[in-house]
Amino acid sequence: MSARHLDITLTVNGETVSARVEARKTLVDFLREDLALTGSHVGCEHGACGACTVLLNGEVVRGCLTFAVQCDSAQVETIEGLSDSGRVADLQRAFQERNALQCGYCTPGILISACELLAGGDVPSRETIREHLSGHYCRCTGYQAIVDAIETVAQAGADGPLPTLRGSGQQ
Amino acid sequence: MKLSPDRPSQLSALDRPNSYIGRSVPRPNLARLTQGRGQYVSDVALPRLAHVAFVRSPHAHARIKQIETEQAKKAPGVITVVTGAELASVITPWVGVLTHLKGIKSAPQHAIAVARACWQGEAVCAVVARTRAEAEDACALVEVDYEPLPAVTVAETALDPATPVIHPELGDNLTFERAHVAGDPDAAFAQADAVAEATFIFGRHTGVTNEPRAIVADWNPGEQRLTVYHGTQAPHMTQDIFARHLALEPHQVRVITKDVGGSFGIKVHIYADEMATVALSKLLKRPVKFVADRLESFVTDIHARDHRVKARIGVKKDGTITAFEIDDLTGIGPYSVYPRTSGIEANQVVNLVGGPYACTNYRARARVVFQNKNVMCQYRAVGHPIATAVTEGLVDLAAAKIGMDPAELRRRNLIPDDAYPATGASGIKFERLSHHASLAKLLAMMDYERLRAEQEELRARGVHRGIGLASFIEVTNPSAAFYGVGGARISSQDGATLRLDATGAVFVHSGVTEQGQGAEAVLAQCVATSFGVPIERVRVITGDTDHTPYGGGTWASRAAGIGGEPAWPAGKALRTNVLAAAGAMLQADPTTLDINGGIVVDAGSGRERLPLEEVARVVYFRPDTLPPGFQAEFVVTRHYVPRGWPFAFTNGVQASYLDIDVTTGEVKLLKHWCVEDCGTVINPQLVDEQIRGGIVQGIGGALYEHCVYDEAGQLINGNMMDYLVPMAVEMPDIDVGHVVTPTADSELGAKGAGEAGTAGAPACIMNAINDALRPLGAAPLLAMPFTPERVLKALGRI
Repeated sequence: MSARHLDITLTVNGETVSARVEARKTLVDFLREDLALTGSHVGCEHGACGACTVLLNGEVVRGCLTFAVQCDSAQVETIEGLSDSGRVADLQRAFQERNALQCGYCTPGILISACELLAGGDVPSRETIREHLSGHYCRCTGYQAIVDAIETVAQAGADGPLPTLRGSGQQ
Repeated sequence: MKLSPDRPSQLSALDRPNSYIGRSVPRPNLARLTQGRGQYVSDVALPRLAHVAFVRSPHAHARIKQIETEQAKKAPGVITVVTGAELASVITPWVGVLTHLKGIKSAPQHAIAVARACWQGEAVCAVVARTRAEAEDACALVEVDYEPLPAVTVAETALDPATPVIHPELGDNLTFERAHVAGDPDAAFAQADAVAEATFIFGRHTGVTNEPRAIVADWNPGEQRLTVYHGTQAPHMTQDIFARHLALEPHQVRVITKDVGGSFGIKVHIYADEMATVALSKLLKRPVKFVADRLESFVTDIHARDHRVKARIGVKKDGTITAFEIDDLTGIGPYSVYPRTSGIEANQVVNLVGGPYACTNYRARARVVFQNKNVMCQYRAVGHPIATAVTEGLVDLAAAKIGMDPAELRRRNLIPDDAYPATGASGIKFERLSHHASLAKLLAMMDYERLRAEQEELRARGVHRGIGLASFIEVTNPSAAFYGVGGARISSQDGATLRLDATGAVFVHSGVTEQGQGAEAVLAQCVATSFGVPIERVRVITGDTDHTPYGGGTWASRAAGIGGEPAWPAGKALRTNVLAAAGAMLQADPTTLDINGGIVVDAGSGRERLPLEEVARVVYFRPDTLPPGFQAEFVVTRHYVPRGWPFAFTNGVQASYLDIDVTTGEVKLLKHWCVEDCGTVINPQLVDEQIRGGIVQGIGGALYEHCVYDEAGQLINGNMMDYLVPMAVEMPDIDVGHVVTPTADSELGAKGAGEAGTAGAPACIMNAINDALRPLGAAPLLAMPFTPERVLKALGRI
């Protein structure tokens, strides 16, 4: 093992992964290039856009500001794992019904941040949701549909199961 | 939660049983995108894939004396290092001019600069390596000996005799000029009771697509074919251009466009580094990938909107507008962008100023000049935000001069709703617009009178609120008049090919593309309705030049109105063909049959006769049981191009309500409204979200976004920390309403909706800010973006 490379072992979406990585490699590049988990996206590579957001030991982190070698022994969860486990299923459904995404590039990161916001079970105000989303750049939607979708899930979480969002005209 | 209204729009012939037209049907691609299962070009990996990184000029203008590549070639992982001169033997240069922009000129642009770099960020050398990181490492080892040249950066002095000419062979720095006079503007200004004059300045900004530009080019010498995975809006256009400049036939090039992480007009142009990538693949006989990083995006993605417009309006005491006059100057970088040119935005400004109003006296001049900055070209709502801000800014200045309410002044001058067809002062033709109905609806939605009263009351308490209005027109559904007549090989027609599979499901292949606007949903809605199947039985294929009808792609709000239109008659034609087979099977007259919900029924009674699946089974697997001589045709294609009107103009009006903190200069957006008329609304939810997203993009230009260059031509804020974009916390909720005036140029009657938000938002933010500041004695703020610093300066506080 050279000084430029380090061996790491970590859990990604519940699977144990061992790899030799360059010390300079970011977590998001490791996920995308080494593990082919392309659901985490690269938008700015300087921590401003939020497209690379993942969970590291349960905490929301920027995949572009975290080095892969920092994740030795850690638990990493990406949109692929959170989708398969159903943990963000209500949010995904609400985003689909409210068309809270257009190109979809920012969406995985936003879903993970929204999941964090709603984890406590509170019903945040629209202002709080907007504040919480402010580490995420979306060029397509203008944000309102995203705020609507998250608010719907929060209210449904407080009231019981998520209702169908659309009216009777839908199939 | 506010839901989009899920109601049919005003339709008649479109109301087939179980119609999906006018319903908020979800897009078919939503589920996989929320699961991180998108397939963006940046995700593409192929066997033997190499990665290219570019050495880019740090100078705005410099002679390249020598490029030393030996050290870079020896670096780990490096496959090759290629200079512009070397690549020029593989790919020919291009010139971004079109014949319908009379007199437009530009110089040949190379994939990689040869001998001279003309803006900071222009690629001067390519390094191809096993990984992007290794390619970037080796870029640092390339030594370029530059001789800096004087940089032309100020548009206002670009045409002065003392200013160096960037391309001496062109004679001067003038790219394009257009002048237009209608009516008698001099007499009209003389008749005015008041004349308001102002200079509006628009900051250079850019698209900041969330996924940067990305391309993977794969030349296969065994097949003599180039496959390009390209994040583009116009695959057939890029197919033609790659072929043309690589000395291939277009059929040797296949462009595949899957998911695209945002486009907004940024990804509808030809970029030098993307041309270099396809050429490198041809040179190396293996796939090569280029994905711009964010810092590269800021200095190479097209910029837009860098205009300064001197303008005047004449108005009578009774509110009648007598004349408009503008003099627009814009700097577009060192090259007119290929193939659409960089003259279109200024041309649009001339076309659109004064557009909503009945005033017939108009004088306009627009000049487009070269400069040593990144190139400028068409970005969402091309020219509209400028024309609308100038027009609506002048209207508000005129209203203030004669002491009339700005809504009333508009009411007295907007083209009457019953005066169509009409021709604008610039010569543009309107089929039918609804300015008055839209304004009335908007004022009711926002409760204008109450809001004015509230504003007055709060002002007395030291709270400074502003209300801004902006009427606008929008160019959509462009015919060949936009590019084709000027010689651009960009399809203005589009087609839909329908294919019935063996279980009765329908595949739709279309030449438009999907970047999230919802084109695929609209196509599915059209086909499901006109053919007669549940929408779940329709699968839409876009973005593959090998497998879709030749088409123009998605831009200028053409995907629904032009791309969706042929899907409608194609569905009907397939229905006719299927009913012919069903009639043969049932021994019934096909004209007495119909298809509803995927079942062949009696047209009159609706009685179910035969599932589609059974028709398909017999036709595909047991055609021997059909009558002799009967041949079923279960693939049909229809095309469409607008012929009645060169463009389907739409109209709308927006309003902003905002609050200004006079201590900090900050603008807080409280609420935004838009009423828009895009004709038939095929999918209300998708239209509303186009409007909302567009408005926020327009707000970005009004309040935050600015590519700031220093005098030497260096972009000094080219990153996402220093270049501000709208984020969730600053944005208001936006109410959207509709007036529906279908175009008679198509069966569906749908016009475009993609530019409307961006067209009107900057104007109404500007008018709202000035509405708030006017009572404080501030000079009108007319230079975007309206930063806190500019607000405080206007107030004389700094």
